[in-house]
Amino acid sequence: MDKQRYERPLIKKLESNMPNKFGTRTEYLPKTHIDDVAVTELADKYGSPLFVLSEKTLRSNIRNAKKAFETRYPKVQFAWSYKTNYNDAVCRVLHQEGSWAEVVSGFEYDKALNNGVEGSKILFNGPDKTDDDLKKAITNESIIHIDHLDEFYAIKEIAGNLNKDVNVAIRVNMDTGVYPMWDRFGFNFENGQAWDVLNRIMRSDIMTLVGLHTHIGTFMLSPNAYAVAAGKLAELAIGIKEKFDHEVSYIDMGGGFASNNTLKGAYLPGTDISPSINDFAEAITSALISSNFEHDKLPLLILETGRALVDDAGYLIGSVLSNKRLSDGRRSTILDVGVNILFTSFWYDHKITPAQPFTQYTEDTVLYGPLCMNIDIIRDHISLPLLNKGDKVVIHNVGAYNMTQWMQFITLRPKIVLIDIEGNTHIIREDEKLQNLLDVEKVPDHLKDFEL
Amino acid sequence: MNINKNIAVSDSGFVFNSTTGESFSVNPIGVEIIEMLKQEKTIEEINQNIAERYNADLVTIDKDVSDFIDLLKQYSLIENQDAA
Ligand SMILES: Cc1ncc(COP(=O)(O)O)c(C=O)c1O
Repeated sequence: MDKQRYERPLIKKLESNMPNKFGTRTEYLPKTHIDDVAVTELADKYGSPLFVLSEKTLRSNIRNAKKAFETRYPKVQFAWSYKTNYNDAVCRVLHQEGSWAEVVSGFEYDKALNNGVEGSKILFNGPDKTDDDLKKAITNESIIHIDHLDEFYAIKEIAGNLNKDVNVAIRVNMDTGVYPMWDRFGFNFENGQAWDVLNRIMRSDIMTLVGLHTHIGTFMLSPNAYAVAAGKLAELAIGIKEKFDHEVSYIDMGGGFASNNTLKGAYLPGTDISPSINDFAEAITSALISSNFEHDKLPLLILETGRALVDDAGYLIGSVLSNKRLSDGRRSTILDVGVNILFTSFWYDHKITPAQPFTQYTEDTVLYGPLCMNIDIIRDHISLPLLNKGDKVVIHNVGAYNMTQWMQFITLRPKIVLIDIEGNTHIIREDEKLQNLLDVEKVPDHLKDFEL
Repeated sequence: MNINKNIAVSDSGFVFNSTTGESFSVNPIGVEIIEMLKQEKTIEEINQNIAERYNADLVTIDKDVSDFIDLLKQYSLIENQDAA
């Protein structure tokens, strides 16, 4: 006779002030497959923890985003925000879908070039561009988004020395009614800084002002803030036309659209409160269309959307290492996934689903990572079905920022696997090996030998 | 180790403590363990019984059952006159 499926015994106190949930099934189903590939198979074949990316979701996200804007506005261009996820395979999916590259360092710039992006389709943002970076960008005819006046002067000098014209835009920061205001990057709109640098650029014969850029924040929940920002950039562009009879070719609204993650402390899940890409598209395009641009002279609209395109294409598979009981009686479960590879657990309550069938019984659980550190908490409060040692869990919406901000700390970083449209799996980044670290470490001669 | 006399357990896993008015929900395997405790089975007997019928090893079962019994104690559902 076959034995019954084991579930560990559970007793849960029913709180008198809460609806009696006893007997009602938990809402969600196990996440047994990602794009028709079994989670357990992925873990067996590639190990645990494991990052998994869905090419299907990624392509469908960028196509939806393009559609949202292109159905509302005549000229739209997406530029992939490298920092969000600069794994080459991810970048190339987006480049295949027509996205340019948006980079914020010499390293990211080289990565974009290496991926085959033409220099003129790389937008170079950020406050940290070295003289060498600027030289390279000017030589390759990339567009430099000027962040501060020191950079303006550096560009002027370098372009002068190279005797090469350079296409520039400025990053503008502004009050959009959203706080805190991101005023540390670029030039302020309200206090006239933006006009000050625009005047200098227009007077320079080696720089051509091709665009105006802003990035008003990240994980923005207010489409209206984008309407305000688009309106202010339009006002600047029209002012430039009036003053210098010069038309900027694009307005770049940056990134920042919220993904479906749930911010810590939010009362409702992100799936309920995050505006859709259509809401953002509507706000931005109506602001531009209703501004004073002549009808046939609307500038190209550039978007540097990051997390909203890649977050839900990424999953992290982990395994249960142990179940424990804390001194106050709460259940705690230790996973093999630490905050060192799941940076976003500091600000999101990630959705976490078991990968195998479970019953309706759930337990309030604290989910810890494996690091010997107090901060290593993946979820400080989650109601989960009963998990056993070795069970797999799937952490959702991890495609943005984790695979770039992860740290090699205590453990080595895991593999990343891409599931293609046909359901084939590809390793797109190998797991880190001890040798990778030894390759960059150096031991001075006098420290080579010791006796214990 | 005895289940408190004032505890009512339904087959569906609803546990009511008439002394304190507290109620609890217990999953089916938990109900079985409470029933076995009522029949004054020892922990070893309980573990053995579960291992024979469920697909889990004795080590896991032993760990989970003792954790469960600790919680029963914490919720004062077990009279602990012969405290170990
Ligand atoms: C200049 C710029 N563009 C785009 C992005 C992408 O933002 P998000 O991932 O919030 O869409 C960022 C992220 O901080 C950024 O700094």
